[in-house]
Amino acid sequence: MENLVNIFIRSTFIDNMIFAYFLGMCSFLAVSKTVKTSLGLGIAVAFVLLITVPINYLIDNYLLKPGALTWLLGEPASGIDLGYLSFIIFIAIVAAVVQLLEMFVEKFTPVLYNQLGIFLPLIAVNCAIMGASLFMQERDYANVAEATSFALGSGIGWLLAIIGIAAIREKLAYANIPAPLRGIGITFIITGLMAISFMSFLGISL
Amino acid sequence: MTNRQLLLGPLSKNNAILVQILGICSALAVTAKMEPALVMGISVTAVTALSSVILSFMRDIIPTRVRIIVQLVIVSMLVIIIDQLLKAFAYDVSKQLSVFVGLIITNCIIMGRIEAFALANKPWPSLLDGIGNGLGYAIVLLVVAFFRELLGSGTLFGIPVIPGILYQWGYANNGLMILPPAALILVGIVIWIHRARNKDLIEQQ
Repeated sequence: MENLVNIFIRSTFIDNMIFAYFLGMCSFLAVSKTVKTSLGLGIAVAFVLLITVPINYLIDNYLLKPGALTWLLGEPASGIDLGYLSFIIFIAIVAAVVQLLEMFVEKFTPVLYNQLGIFLPLIAVNCAIMGASLFMQERDYANVAEATSFALGSGIGWLLAIIGIAAIREKLAYANIPAPLRGIGITFIITGLMAISFMSFLGISL
Repeated sequence: MTNRQLLLGPLSKNNAILVQILGICSALAVTAKMEPALVMGISVTAVTALSSVILSFMRDIIPTRVRIIVQLVIVSMLVIIIDQLLKAFAYDVSKQLSVFVGLIITNCIIMGRIEAFALANKPWPSLLDGIGNGLGYAIVLLVVAFFRELLGSGTLFGIPVIPGILYQWGYANNGLMILPPAALILVGIVIWIHRARNKDLIEQQ
Protein backbone atom coordinates (compact mmCIF):
# COMPACT_ATOMS: atom_id res chain seq x y z
CA MET A 1 0.00 0.00 0.00
CA GLU A 2 2.77 2.39 0.99
CA ASN A 3 4.45 1.56 -2.27
CA LEU A 4 1.34 2.55 -4.24
CA VAL A 5 1.10 5.90 -2.42
CA ASN A 6 4.77 6.49 -3.14
CA ILE A 7 4.31 5.83 -6.85
CA PHE A 8 1.29 8.13 -6.86
CA ILE A 9 3.13 11.01 -5.21
CA ARG A 10 6.20 10.49 -7.34
CA SER A 11 4.29 10.57 -10.61
CA THR A 12 2.15 13.54 -9.54
CA PHE A 13 4.86 15.89 -8.32
CA ILE A 14 8.39 14.73 -9.04
CA ASP A 15 8.01 13.01 -12.40
CA ASN A 16 5.24 15.39 -13.44
CA MET A 17 4.27 14.76 -17.06
CA ILE A 18 4.49 18.43 -18.03
CA PHE A 19 7.30 19.77 -15.91
CA ALA A 20 9.72 16.86 -15.96
CA TYR A 21 9.00 15.24 -19.34
CA PHE A 22 7.11 17.92 -21.32
CA LEU A 23 4.48 15.40 -22.38
CA GLY A 24 1.23 16.73 -23.74
CA MET A 25 2.63 20.23 -24.31
CA CYS A 26 0.70 20.89 -27.52
CA SER A 27 -2.74 20.83 -25.94
CA PHE A 28 -1.30 22.20 -22.69
CA LEU A 29 -0.23 25.37 -24.50
CA ALA A 30 -3.22 25.66 -26.79
CA VAL A 31 -6.10 25.04 -24.38
CA SER A 32 -4.79 26.74 -21.24
CA LYS A 33 -6.35 30.16 -21.91
CA THR A 34 -9.17 29.82 -19.36
CA VAL A 35 -9.41 27.75 -16.19
CA LYS A 36 -12.79 26.30 -17.15
CA THR A 37 -11.80 24.64 -20.43
CA SER A 38 -8.48 23.49 -19.04
CA LEU A 39 -10.30 21.81 -16.16
CA GLY A 40 -12.40 19.92 -18.73
CA LEU A 41 -9.40 18.86 -20.79
CA GLY A 42 -7.42 17.97 -17.67
CA ILE A 43 -10.18 15.67 -16.42
CA ALA A 44 -10.52 14.07 -19.87
CA VAL A 45 -6.76 13.40 -20.06
CA ALA A 46 -6.65 12.01 -16.50
CA PHE A 47 -9.60 9.77 -17.26
CA VAL A 48 -8.15 8.40 -20.51
CA LEU A 49 -4.82 7.78 -18.73
CA LEU A 50 -6.55 5.90 -15.94
CA ILE A 51 -8.23 3.56 -18.45
CA THR A 52 -5.51 3.08 -21.07
CA VAL A 53 -2.45 2.48 -18.89
CA PRO A 54 -3.85 -0.57 -16.99
CA ILE A 55 -5.22 -2.04 -20.24
CA ASN A 56 -1.87 -1.58 -21.94
CA TYR A 57 -0.13 -3.02 -18.89
CA LEU A 58 -2.17 -6.21 -19.13
CA ILE A 59 -1.64 -6.47 -22.89
CA ASP A 60 2.09 -5.88 -22.53
CA ASN A 61 2.49 -8.47 -19.79
CA TYR A 62 0.21 -11.19 -21.09
CA LEU A 63 0.69 -10.87 -24.85
CA LEU A 64 3.72 -8.89 -25.93
CA LYS A 65 6.67 -9.35 -23.56
CA PRO A 66 9.27 -12.03 -24.31
CA GLY A 67 7.75 -15.29 -23.13
CA ALA A 68 4.48 -13.63 -22.13
CA LEU A 69 2.40 -16.04 -24.17
CA THR A 70 3.35 -19.12 -22.09
CA TRP A 71 0.14 -18.86 -20.03
CA LEU A 72 -1.82 -19.40 -23.25
CA LEU A 73 0.28 -21.67 -25.43
CA GLY A 74 2.45 -23.49 -22.89
CA GLU A 75 6.20 -24.07 -22.95
CA PRO A 76 6.84 -23.82 -26.73
CA ALA A 77 5.76 -20.14 -26.65
CA SER A 78 8.47 -19.10 -24.18
CA GLY A 79 10.70 -17.89 -27.04
CA ILE A 80 8.12 -15.61 -28.64
CA ASP A 81 8.82 -11.89 -28.30
CA LEU A 82 6.19 -9.58 -29.74
CA GLY A 83 7.72 -6.50 -28.09
CA TYR A 84 8.18 -4.72 -31.40
CA LEU A 85 4.38 -4.58 -31.77
CA SER A 86 3.91 -2.58 -28.58
CA PHE A 87 3.87 0.88 -30.23
CA ILE A 88 1.15 0.01 -32.67
CA ILE A 89 -1.00 -1.87 -30.13
CA PHE A 90 -0.71 0.86 -27.51
CA ILE A 91 -1.73 3.59 -29.93
CA ALA A 92 -4.66 1.48 -31.17
CA ILE A 93 -5.95 1.02 -27.61
CA VAL A 94 -5.55 4.75 -26.92
CA ALA A 95 -7.37 5.71 -30.12
CA ALA A 96 -10.23 3.33 -29.35
CA VAL A 97 -10.68 4.59 -25.77
CA VAL A 98 -10.60 8.21 -26.93
CA GLN A 99 -13.23 7.47 -29.57
CA LEU A 100 -15.50 5.96 -26.89
CA LEU A 101 -14.91 8.90 -24.56
CA GLU A 102 -15.74 11.33 -27.34
CA MET A 103 -19.10 9.67 -28.02
CA PHE A 104 -19.80 9.63 -24.28
CA VAL A 105 -18.99 13.32 -23.77
CA GLU A 106 -20.94 14.36 -26.87
CA LYS A 107 -24.02 12.55 -25.60
CA PHE A 108 -23.97 13.58 -21.94
CA THR A 109 -22.23 16.98 -21.72
CA PRO A 110 -22.61 18.78 -25.09
CA VAL A 111 -21.42 22.06 -23.54
CA LEU A 112 -18.06 20.58 -22.59
CA TYR A 113 -17.94 18.87 -25.99
CA ASN A 114 -18.28 22.20 -27.79
CA GLN A 115 -15.69 23.87 -25.58
CA LEU A 116 -13.08 21.20 -26.06
CA GLY A 117 -13.69 21.21 -29.81
CA ILE A 118 -10.85 19.70 -31.78
CA PHE A 119 -8.85 18.86 -28.67
CA LEU A 120 -11.00 15.93 -27.62
CA PRO A 121 -10.15 13.74 -30.64
CA LEU A 122 -6.60 15.06 -30.40
CA ILE A 123 -6.23 13.43 -26.97
CA ALA A 124 -5.55 10.32 -29.06
CA VAL A 125 -2.31 11.92 -30.20
CA ASN A 126 -1.63 13.60 -26.86
CA CYS A 127 1.91 12.59 -25.96
CA ALA A 128 1.01 12.37 -22.27
CA ILE A 129 -1.28 9.38 -22.89
CA MET A 130 1.06 7.44 -25.16
CA GLY A 131 4.03 8.54 -23.04
CA ALA A 132 2.49 7.15 -19.86
CA SER A 133 2.02 3.76 -21.52
CA LEU A 134 5.62 3.76 -22.73
CA PHE A 135 6.95 4.81 -19.31
CA MET A 136 4.82 2.07 -17.75
CA GLN A 137 6.52 -0.40 -20.08
CA GLU A 138 10.01 1.00 -19.47
CA ARG A 139 9.74 1.15 -15.68
CA ASP A 140 8.40 -2.40 -15.49
CA TYR A 141 5.84 -2.01 -12.70
CA ALA A 142 5.39 -5.16 -10.65
CA ASN A 143 1.62 -5.49 -10.91
CA VAL A 144 -1.45 -3.83 -12.37
CA ALA A 145 -2.17 -1.92 -9.14
CA GLU A 146 1.17 -0.13 -9.37
CA ALA A 147 0.55 0.72 -13.01
CA THR A 148 -2.90 2.10 -12.13
CA SER A 149 -1.47 4.17 -9.30
CA PHE A 150 1.13 5.57 -11.72
CA ALA A 151 -1.61 6.40 -14.26
CA LEU A 152 -3.75 8.14 -11.65
CA GLY A 153 -0.80 10.16 -10.36
CA SER A 154 0.29 11.22 -13.84
CA GLY A 155 -3.25 12.26 -14.75
CA ILE A 156 -3.68 14.35 -11.61
CA GLY A 157 -0.25 15.88 -12.09
CA TRP A 158 -1.20 16.90 -15.64
CA LEU A 159 -4.51 18.32 -14.39
CA LEU A 160 -2.73 20.36 -11.69
CA ALA A 161 -0.23 21.70 -14.20
CA ILE A 162 -2.80 22.85 -16.76
CA ILE A 163 -5.05 24.47 -14.16
CA GLY A 164 -2.06 26.28 -12.67
CA ILE A 165 -0.89 27.70 -15.99
CA ALA A 166 -4.45 28.64 -17.00
CA ALA A 167 -4.94 30.58 -13.77
CA ILE A 168 -1.69 32.46 -14.35
CA ARG A 169 -2.54 33.18 -17.99
CA GLU A 170 -5.93 34.63 -17.01
CA LYS A 171 -4.09 37.18 -14.85
CA LEU A 172 -1.45 37.78 -17.54
CA ALA A 173 -4.09 39.37 -19.75
CA TYR A 174 -3.66 42.50 -17.63
CA ALA A 175 0.13 42.53 -17.73
CA ASN A 176 2.26 44.67 -20.01
CA ILE A 177 4.41 42.11 -21.85
CA PRO A 178 6.98 42.99 -24.56
CA ALA A 179 5.18 42.54 -27.89
CA PRO A 180 7.27 39.68 -29.39
CA LEU A 181 6.96 37.70 -26.15
CA ARG A 182 3.18 38.03 -26.00
CA GLY A 183 1.12 34.86 -26.05
CA ILE A 184 3.12 31.72 -26.52
CA GLY A 185 6.60 33.03 -25.61
CA ILE A 186 5.71 34.19 -22.12
CA THR A 187 3.75 30.98 -21.55
CA PHE A 188 6.90 28.96 -22.19
CA ILE A 189 8.93 31.02 -19.76
CA ILE A 190 6.25 30.81 -17.05
CA THR A 191 6.00 27.04 -17.53
CA GLY A 192 9.77 26.92 -17.04
CA LEU A 193 9.50 28.88 -13.80
CA MET A 194 6.67 26.61 -12.61
CA ALA A 195 8.88 23.62 -13.45
CA ILE A 196 11.65 25.07 -11.26
CA SER A 197 9.21 25.38 -8.37
CA PHE A 198 8.04 21.80 -8.90
CA MET A 199 11.67 20.69 -8.64
CA SER A 200 11.49 21.51 -4.93
CA PHE A 201 9.44 18.31 -4.52
CA LEU A 202 12.54 16.30 -5.47
CA GLY A 203 13.38 13.61 -2.95
CA ILE A 204 10.00 13.48 -1.23
CA SER A 205 8.95 9.94 -0.38
CA LEU A 206 6.95 8.28 2.36
CA MET B 1 3.04 27.76 -53.31
CA THR B 2 6.14 26.89 -55.26
CA ASN B 3 8.28 23.89 -54.40
CA ARG B 4 10.96 26.20 -53.07
CA GLN B 5 8.55 27.83 -50.63
CA LEU B 6 7.31 24.41 -49.51
CA LEU B 7 10.83 23.32 -48.65
CA LEU B 8 12.22 26.54 -47.17
CA GLY B 9 9.13 28.17 -45.65
CA PRO B 10 8.97 25.88 -42.61
CA LEU B 11 12.61 26.61 -41.77
CA SER B 12 11.76 30.04 -40.39
CA LYS B 13 8.60 31.95 -41.35
CA ASN B 14 6.32 28.96 -40.92
CA ASN B 15 8.39 26.93 -38.47
CA ALA B 16 6.52 24.04 -36.87
CA ILE B 17 7.85 24.62 -33.35
CA LEU B 18 8.24 28.40 -33.21
CA VAL B 19 5.19 29.49 -35.19
CA GLN B 20 2.70 26.63 -35.33
CA ILE B 21 3.64 25.43 -31.79
CA LEU B 22 3.56 21.76 -32.80
CA GLY B 23 5.77 18.90 -31.66
CA ILE B 24 6.90 20.61 -28.48
CA CYS B 25 6.91 17.52 -26.27
CA SER B 26 9.88 15.74 -27.74
CA ALA B 27 11.57 18.98 -28.79
CA LEU B 28 12.16 19.92 -25.18
CA ALA B 29 12.99 16.54 -23.73
CA VAL B 30 15.81 15.42 -26.01
CA THR B 31 17.76 18.68 -26.13
CA ALA B 32 20.05 18.28 -23.12
CA LYS B 33 22.79 17.06 -25.51
CA MET B 34 23.53 17.64 -29.22
CA GLU B 35 23.79 13.98 -30.21
CA PRO B 36 20.29 12.78 -29.23
CA ALA B 37 18.88 16.04 -30.61
CA LEU B 38 20.52 15.38 -33.99
CA VAL B 39 19.32 11.76 -34.11
CA MET B 40 15.83 12.81 -33.09
CA GLY B 41 15.80 15.56 -35.75
CA ILE B 42 16.80 13.10 -38.46
CA SER B 43 14.28 10.48 -37.29
CA VAL B 44 11.39 12.94 -37.23
CA THR B 45 12.35 14.34 -40.64
CA ALA B 46 12.38 10.82 -42.09
CA VAL B 47 9.03 9.88 -40.57
CA THR B 48 7.37 13.16 -41.56
CA ALA B 49 8.60 12.95 -45.15
CA LEU B 50 7.80 9.25 -45.66
CA SER B 51 4.39 9.34 -43.98
CA SER B 52 3.42 12.42 -46.01
CA VAL B 53 4.36 10.68 -49.27
CA ILE B 54 2.63 7.39 -48.41
CA LEU B 55 -0.58 9.04 -47.26
CA SER B 56 -0.53 11.40 -50.20
CA PHE B 57 -0.48 8.38 -52.53
CA MET B 58 -3.36 6.86 -50.58
CA ARG B 59 -5.39 10.05 -50.20
CA ASP B 60 -8.13 9.10 -52.68
CA ILE B 61 -8.79 5.64 -51.30
CA ILE B 62 -8.96 6.41 -47.56
CA PRO B 63 -12.54 6.90 -46.28
CA THR B 64 -12.69 10.17 -44.31
CA ARG B 65 -14.23 8.58 -41.23
CA VAL B 66 -11.40 6.18 -40.51
CA ARG B 67 -8.52 8.37 -41.70
CA ILE B 68 -7.08 8.98 -38.20
CA ILE B 69 -6.68 5.25 -37.61
CA VAL B 70 -5.08 4.77 -41.06
CA GLN B 71 -2.67 7.64 -40.36
CA LEU B 72 -1.74 6.24 -36.97
CA VAL B 73 -1.10 2.79 -38.41
CA ILE B 74 1.17 4.13 -41.18
CA VAL B 75 3.05 6.44 -38.82
CA SER B 76 3.52 3.78 -36.14
CA MET B 77 4.78 1.35 -38.78
CA LEU B 78 7.45 3.86 -39.82
CA VAL B 79 8.35 4.58 -36.20
CA ILE B 80 8.74 0.87 -35.45
CA ILE B 81 11.21 0.67 -38.35
CA ILE B 82 13.16 3.68 -37.03
CA ASP B 83 13.14 2.25 -33.50
CA GLN B 84 14.48 -1.12 -34.66
CA LEU B 85 17.14 0.61 -36.80
CA LEU B 86 18.28 2.75 -33.86
CA LYS B 87 18.41 -0.27 -31.56
CA ALA B 88 20.53 -2.10 -34.12
CA PHE B 89 22.97 0.63 -35.17
CA ALA B 90 22.94 3.32 -32.44
CA TYR B 91 22.05 1.50 -29.25
CA ASP B 92 23.43 4.14 -26.85
CA VAL B 93 21.48 6.96 -28.40
CA SER B 94 18.38 4.78 -28.53
CA LYS B 95 18.72 4.21 -24.77
CA GLN B 96 19.14 7.96 -24.17
CA LEU B 97 16.06 8.79 -26.21
CA SER B 98 14.13 6.06 -24.33
CA VAL B 99 10.38 6.60 -24.72
CA PHE B 100 10.76 9.57 -27.03
CA VAL B 101 11.36 7.39 -30.08
CA GLY B 102 7.95 5.81 -29.53
CA LEU B 103 6.50 9.24 -28.97
CA ILE B 104 7.34 10.26 -32.55
CA ILE B 105 4.01 8.55 -33.33
CA THR B 106 2.13 11.17 -31.37
CA ASN B 107 4.32 14.06 -32.55
CA CYS B 108 1.82 16.72 -33.58
CA ILE B 109 3.98 17.85 -36.52
CA ILE B 110 3.51 14.55 -38.34
CA MET B 111 -0.25 14.28 -37.88
CA GLY B 112 -0.57 18.01 -38.47
CA ARG B 113 1.27 17.92 -41.82
CA ILE B 114 -0.67 14.85 -42.97
CA GLU B 115 -4.02 16.40 -42.08
CA ALA B 116 -3.23 19.90 -43.29
CA PHE B 117 -1.18 19.14 -46.38
CA ALA B 118 -0.57 15.57 -47.53
CA LEU B 119 -4.23 14.56 -47.72
CA ALA B 120 -4.96 17.41 -50.12
CA ASN B 121 -1.82 17.47 -52.29
CA LYS B 122 0.16 15.38 -54.75
CA PRO B 123 3.03 13.16 -53.48
CA TRP B 124 5.96 15.34 -54.67
CA PRO B 125 4.87 18.58 -52.93
CA SER B 126 3.95 16.47 -49.87
CA LEU B 127 7.46 15.05 -49.76
CA LEU B 128 8.99 18.55 -49.91
CA ASP B 129 6.57 19.79 -47.27
CA GLY B 130 7.43 16.85 -45.01
CA ILE B 131 11.17 17.35 -45.41
CA GLY B 132 10.87 21.10 -44.85
CA ASN B 133 8.87 20.75 -41.67
CA GLY B 134 11.12 18.00 -40.36
CA LEU B 135 14.22 20.14 -40.98
CA GLY B 136 12.58 23.17 -39.35
CA TYR B 137 12.00 21.00 -36.29
CA ALA B 138 15.58 19.69 -36.37
CA ILE B 139 17.06 23.21 -36.57
CA VAL B 140 15.22 24.41 -33.46
CA LEU B 141 16.25 21.22 -31.63
CA LEU B 142 19.89 21.77 -32.54
CA VAL B 143 19.85 25.45 -31.52
CA VAL B 144 18.36 24.67 -28.10
CA ALA B 145 20.65 21.65 -27.61
CA PHE B 146 23.70 23.74 -28.60
CA PHE B 147 23.15 26.24 -25.79
CA ARG B 148 22.07 23.61 -23.26
CA GLU B 149 25.09 21.40 -23.84
CA LEU B 150 27.57 24.28 -24.16
CA LEU B 151 26.44 26.11 -21.02
CA GLY B 152 25.34 23.05 -19.05
CA SER B 153 28.17 20.58 -19.68
CA GLY B 154 30.83 22.67 -21.46
CA THR B 155 30.86 20.18 -24.35
CA LEU B 156 29.49 19.87 -27.91
CA PHE B 157 28.67 16.38 -29.20
CA GLY B 158 30.46 15.14 -26.07
CA ILE B 159 33.75 16.93 -26.93
CA PRO B 160 34.92 19.50 -24.34
CA VAL B 161 35.07 22.97 -25.93
CA ILE B 162 35.42 25.28 -22.92
CA PRO B 163 39.19 25.63 -22.31
CA GLY B 164 40.34 24.13 -19.01
CA ILE B 165 42.01 27.37 -17.96
CA LEU B 166 38.59 29.04 -17.64
CA TYR B 167 37.59 26.46 -15.03
CA GLN B 168 40.78 27.24 -13.10
CA TRP B 169 39.81 30.91 -13.12
CA GLY B 170 36.52 29.99 -11.50
CA TYR B 171 34.17 29.40 -14.43
CA ALA B 172 31.53 26.77 -13.63
CA ASN B 173 29.04 24.91 -15.77
CA ASN B 174 25.47 26.05 -15.26
CA GLY B 175 23.76 22.99 -13.80
CA LEU B 176 20.31 24.43 -14.41
CA MET B 177 20.82 24.14 -18.17
CA ILE B 178 20.73 20.34 -18.05
CA LEU B 179 17.50 20.31 -16.05
CA PRO B 180 14.09 20.33 -17.79
CA PRO B 181 13.03 23.91 -16.89
CA ALA B 182 15.93 25.40 -18.86
CA ALA B 183 14.57 23.88 -22.08
CA LEU B 184 11.25 25.65 -21.62
CA ILE B 185 12.87 28.99 -20.85
CA LEU B 186 15.31 28.67 -23.79
CA VAL B 187 12.52 27.89 -26.24
CA GLY B 188 10.63 30.89 -24.86
CA ILE B 189 13.67 33.08 -25.55
CA VAL B 190 14.14 31.63 -29.06
CA ILE B 191 10.49 32.43 -29.82
CA TRP B 192 11.04 35.95 -28.46
CA ILE B 193 14.04 36.57 -30.73
CA HIS B 194 12.32 34.97 -33.72
CA ARG B 195 9.23 37.15 -33.33
CA ALA B 196 11.24 40.28 -32.69
CA ARG B 197 12.84 39.69 -36.13
CA ASN B 198 9.59 38.72 -37.87
CA LYS B 199 7.20 41.43 -36.70
CA ASP B 200 4.19 39.99 -38.53
CA LEU B 201 4.20 36.94 -36.25
CA ILE B 202 3.55 38.97 -33.10
CA GLU B 203 0.26 37.98 -31.44
CA GLN B 204 -2.47 40.59 -31.11
CA GLN B 205 -3.77 41.32 -27.66
